Amino acid sequence: MELVGVIITGIGALFLFLGNFGILRLPDVYNRIQAGTKCTTFGTFFTTIGIGIIQPEWFWKCLLIAIFVLVTNPISSHAIARAAKKSGVSLCDRSVVDQTKEFEEKEEA
Amino acid sequence: MNETIIIIYLSLIVGGILLSLIRMFLGPTAADRAVAVDTITTTIVALLVILAFVFDRYIYLDASLVYSLLSFVGLCAIARFMEGGF
Repeated sequence: MELVGVIITGIGALFLFLGNFGILRLPDVYNRIQAGTKCTTFGTFFTTIGIGIIQPEWFWKCLLIAIFVLVTNPISSHAIARAAKKSGVSLCDRSVVDQTKEFEEKEEA
Repeated sequence: MNETIIIIYLSLIVGGILLSLIRMFLGPTAADRAVAVDTITTTIVALLVILAFVFDRYIYLDASLVYSLLSFVGLCAIARFMEGGF
């Protein structure tokens, strides 16, 4: 049972590293939000659940932390994305489609 | 869970935090820095849970829960400020 917990914690730690690497590597704000939110939510969930499996007396508190992160992290990243869009941060040069601009043009017409 | 595995996991997580810190210093706009801070706080929640196991202190789990709550509230405040709200 402890081996399962160690493996799950390792998957979580690897995903946390990859999410932070994506923050450094990707070209613009919206791509960085995607990497930062998805990978760190997954990584924190798995790390916390893995520690809870290794140490069974702590399982319910660890599950509480994991569910709290799972609920609040998408909300805060959505708020930051909306703020970035409203404060006029543009997409990167290699972007293919900008659907909010198309929607605003359709609203004006 | 022996010491080598714990050192590998902690170095992965702390190395990731250092990469995000580089982005927080470089970041061209304010939104970049806010995203980097969001990622760093979520990573530190996981780091505190692992440290609670390493030092065998139950109270670190409570600290981790309060830390995630405060980071959520703080980032919502930063987002409202960047929108031009308040």
